[in-house]
Amino acid sequence: MSAAEDSRDKASVRSAWLLSAPAIFVLTFAACGPLLIMLVYSFLTKGQYGNVEGVFSLEGWRSILYSEDIFDPGVFVWADAHLTIFWRSVKLSILTTLLTLLIGFPTAWFIATRPPKSRPLWLFLITIPFWTNLLIRTVAIFEVIRNEGVINTVLLWSGLITVPFQITYTDTAVFIGMAYVFLPLMVLPLFAAIDRFDMRLIEAAYDLYASRFAVLRRVILPIVRPGVIAGSILVFVPSLGAVVTPRILGGGKNMMIGNFIELQFGQGRNWPLGAALSMTLLVIVTVALLVYVRAANRETSHG
Amino acid sequence: MKKLLTATALLLATSSLASAEGQLQLFNWGNYTSPELLAKFEAETGIKVTVTDYDSNDAALAKIEAGGHGFDLVVPTHQYVPIYAEKGLIVPLDLSKIPNHANIAPEWMDVAWDPGRTLTIPWQWGTTGIAVDTAVYSGDINTSDVFLNVPPELVGKINIVPEMNDVVNLAVMWAGGEPCSEDTAVLKKARDALLAAKPNWISMDYGATEKMSSGEWKASVNWNGSTMRIRLALPTAAYGYPKEGYPVWMDSVALLKDAQNVEEAYKFLNFIAEPENAGMISAFARYANGIAGSEAFMPEDMKTAPEVVIPEEFKAAGKFIPTCSPKAQEYMTAIWTELQK
Amino acid sequence: MADRNFSASHLPGFTQIALLVFALLYLPIAVLVVYSFNAGTTSGLWEGFSFRWYGTAWQNDAVQSATLRSLGIAVSASIIATFCATLAALGTTRRKSFRGQTFIYVMINQPLMVPEIVTAVALLIFFASIKVATGYQGLGYLIAAHSAFCIPFAYLPIRARLEGMDLSLETAAADLYATPWMTFRRVTLPLLAPGIIAGAMLAFVISLDDVVITEFVKSGGQDTLPTYMMGQLRRVMTPEVNAISSVLLALTVLLLTAFFLLTRKND
Repeated sequence: MSAAEDSRDKASVRSAWLLSAPAIFVLTFAACGPLLIMLVYSFLTKGQYGNVEGVFSLEGWRSILYSEDIFDPGVFVWADAHLTIFWRSVKLSILTTLLTLLIGFPTAWFIATRPPKSRPLWLFLITIPFWTNLLIRTVAIFEVIRNEGVINTVLLWSGLITVPFQITYTDTAVFIGMAYVFLPLMVLPLFAAIDRFDMRLIEAAYDLYASRFAVLRRVILPIVRPGVIAGSILVFVPSLGAVVTPRILGGGKNMMIGNFIELQFGQGRNWPLGAALSMTLLVIVTVALLVYVRAANRETSHG
Repeated sequence: MKKLLTATALLLATSSLASAEGQLQLFNWGNYTSPELLAKFEAETGIKVTVTDYDSNDAALAKIEAGGHGFDLVVPTHQYVPIYAEKGLIVPLDLSKIPNHANIAPEWMDVAWDPGRTLTIPWQWGTTGIAVDTAVYSGDINTSDVFLNVPPELVGKINIVPEMNDVVNLAVMWAGGEPCSEDTAVLKKARDALLAAKPNWISMDYGATEKMSSGEWKASVNWNGSTMRIRLALPTAAYGYPKEGYPVWMDSVALLKDAQNVEEAYKFLNFIAEPENAGMISAFARYANGIAGSEAFMPEDMKTAPEVVIPEEFKAAGKFIPTCSPKAQEYMTAIWTELQK
Repeated sequence: MADRNFSASHLPGFTQIALLVFALLYLPIAVLVVYSFNAGTTSGLWEGFSFRWYGTAWQNDAVQSATLRSLGIAVSASIIATFCATLAALGTTRRKSFRGQTFIYVMINQPLMVPEIVTAVALLIFFASIKVATGYQGLGYLIAAHSAFCIPFAYLPIRARLEGMDLSLETAAADLYATPWMTFRRVTLPLLAPGIIAGAMLAFVISLDDVVITEFVKSGGQDTLPTYMMGQLRRVMTPEVNAISSVLLALTVLLLTAFFLLTRKND
């Protein structure tokens, strides 16, 4: 490596850090930095009425996996409730990501292939419903899918069903609701990725390849991959921590991990467990994210 | 862009003047403060009250404890008053500044969580019982069996309000224990009953007022004031007081230690202990208030409402849930986690 | 050969799916608007047509100030977040990988990876100590918190746009002796614009939606529309909230229509 190349690389790295500095500053101040408090809290003793006491303890971390049976002191049992809750969250989040990808891709494609003048209009159309706040939107979804709601009324009236579908207060409702709520988080990055590409190239490619499937796999997928990655992350991770949607649509009978953590900081009064649970979640999500991004990048470069 | 920045700067500047003269910062439950009451207070004293909402006792406590909140008054539920006091977050009231203190009804004057009423002024009180649409279920509704041994008519149609303290203690009292019990035999019985009943519940959610009025739910473990609103929309709705025992609660106004508008706060505390004004509080949220003579200023339909005026035969079963010991709290959380997993 | 003629805008079924998605997207919104005209006191039970709740909302200072506060915070936070995110995206894409790149990447996406309640409690404790130390209790904390969690939402679309963006135009500009700044302004920025717009819109919407973090960070008199509604959820949610949302929707649509008509004229 020549000296000139070396100094150019150094300059590039310096500019990378400089450009990222404002974001890092804001995040350190108002997101990552304060999170260190939580890391500390996970190693403290829980306070009598919430909060923590300044005494070191591993209780928070231990009780994630197994805890003392409340009716049988001295006997430690596997905390299967935690695993059940965790598994439900992961399952629903994956389903949500898949569904938003499945319907978000054609939608983003549709928008990206509109004439340039009307494209912003379609983009706005996808975001306008989201200018109404999440809570009221979720309540509105409830009104649509409830037993006396629009969907069931129409189905009953048409004679397709005789008893209304019980959708509300099930995991299905949570999954539908999250897909609705997080859809633009999938569509917008997909759009940004599709839109930058010259459609004529695809059309040209189509003339060269034999099948639609080949075009999709060899030409379209590599182009949109960054968008798919960005969209999946933006949908999957917030789904995993969702609190409001499971509470309203799921009827609160079955917690997701976000609700469970919230319980520890609220009525459960076990802040160290809440802190330890969130640190665990943070590590799992970070690892999953890195593996996913690495794998996706490798595929792209082999392309 | 420039305009926007100026606007932002203005926004930042104005909001830091929160403790100016003639102001009062009230931290209260959402949708719980009558706007007419605040308008009347401002007309009489020139003090503008800013209400900020919270939606759970624990969140409010965490916020007050962290400090730097800017609030003057808070409205905790009774079992939280000793916690606030123990942590030194609220201060004893200077009763000479609250002449209307004498208006507090005798039965609310010397209460377990605030002996002699030196810390708090009553805001509203109520009960947690069971709202049932009697057109669907006509059996006995004055028992916790309605949600613990769900009758066939109500299977899949009954909701449970997701308040850990209320629900677990209802089950504990049903199992023959006292609220905040540490008796493992009783707790086990309560837990088993809750777990066995859960598949018969439709949900564990708030919003009974809307969802029972609209027929989505046919029954719910619910608060009395909300049930009264349901009955006004759905005449067949009735409120059951479980004979095995049911929780009674009271939300009271307390003065925070780091309050900045103390004089204004005292004026407000005195103001709400005036029967006419207490009546306005009740007329808005539909709960009774604990100020003697306020009944005269309540809406006609509240004076005889069986949800607000507890019928004599059910009075004895009502119990105030005390501030549970950490051990009892741990039991409750464990049962609750298992119930919602 | 006619049937082999491929049009990218007409992949089979895509248009139908897209239109169906748009229809489903607006179904709950339609319900929401309809119920804003409900004469009854709950949003679930139709009791006849009335403008009652528009009147109530109009007279309710708390709702109005909460709405304005929400919008103010969302505008400020999305500007800050988009600015930071655009720079960071330029700094972390399209260059040789370097030590610390993963660190920056993880750092930027961190707000996505932690449930809101955790950030909320952490911020409550951290900001409260600053509030006590400085005595400043203004909206700055909410704007800072919102800016932070909006950054990843703005960053990812911009990055997705930047990745694989055609470098040849920029190189060409540089070859023609354009200064780096001119190249950036005239070439990179216009190409990047759709990504920036997508990012800014996401940030705005995310800020407008936030309940949990706002609930914990807000000081006295700083309710936003979502925290105001959260307070209602526990007791009774009246159609007043529907009315406010409908008005906001109508305003949005009006503004956008005006925007489109104006830009069309300029063309």
